Amino acid sequence: MATELIDPALYETLFPVGISRYAVGGVLVGLGAVVIYLGTAIPAGASTFLESTLSYVSDQSRFERYRRSRDWRVVFTLGIVAGAAVYALTFQSGLISSGLYQSGTTGELREVGGLTIWLTDVQPWRLFLGGVLVGIGTRIGKGCTSGHGVCGVGSASKTSIVGVITFLVVAIGTAQVVMALGVSP
Amino acid sequence: MPLIFVGGLLFGFGLGFSHMARPEVVLQFLQFEDFGLLFVMGGAAAVTGIAFAVVPRLFDRAPLTGDTYGRRLKSFDRNVLIGGAVFGVGWGLSGICPGAAYASLGVGNVTILWALVGMFVGAYFQGYWRSQRSAAVSGGTNVSDR
Repeated sequence: MATELIDPALYETLFPVGISRYAVGGVLVGLGAVVIYLGTAIPAGASTFLESTLSYVSDQSRFERYRRSRDWRVVFTLGIVAGAAVYALTFQSGLISSGLYQSGTTGELREVGGLTIWLTDVQPWRLFLGGVLVGIGTRIGKGCTSGHGVCGVGSASKTSIVGVITFLVVAIGTAQVVMALGVSP
Repeated sequence: MPLIFVGGLLFGFGLGFSHMARPEVVLQFLQFEDFGLLFVMGGAAAVTGIAFAVVPRLFDRAPLTGDTYGRRLKSFDRNVLIGGAVFGVGWGLSGICPGAAYASLGVGNVTILWALVGMFVGAYFQGYWRSQRSAAVSGGTNVSDR
């Protein structure tokens, strides 16, 4: 593998927890999207769920057009939550372990009735403000990391590739500035 | 629907397993402390890339919906850049994106509700603003604004 081609010290710097956890997770994310595509021909994205779900409670004309897809989007999102919960029940709780999985050291782990849950240390104001911007941005920009990043790039869409480069560059810049300002975590 | 749920299960499990559901890990990537996340996006895009290229050649129509397998390309305009930039600021500030935020709830991270509420507020604000604007432009008739 490529891992032997680069200097071990550099590898350690670039990937302090290895790459298998990431690569396996990524392949599973891709498989999830492929399963849906195979059955329905839908390239799944996660951010339209926001608008389609709002169409249940708001009659703003903007949300009307998402009525058609809102039911399956709710199912998809519940599936994502459930899938992550299955991970929490198995690997995160230590019920199953694998050489491909390496646990992390971030955040806080807490035991709740045999289930190990994980809580972030990132401050609520960052999560909320970031969430608002993500909500606005993905809707103006027609997609997010799954719609553009996984399905869009996968179908070699130029729009999506430009979109991904845009948000990746801006996000890196923002994160660097936030770090430089000493905001942590 | 069961199939979409299974797809979501895999999707969410992958996000949990890769730790992308943890905002800290995303921030570590954006701060150049751990480049592993490249393999999440790269791995996922490689898998969908192969499927999106191969499946339309093997089959005509999707068994469940009868839809044809096409590339549903989104049109490019200024909004992709503007929206991408706004999303980028939000992602860089918080370390969360929509799919990973749903998954984060699944791993027990109730703190993420701050971000989920924020995303709905943002999406509502954007939808409200667009609705008002398209109503103003079209004189109240409901035409698609794009």
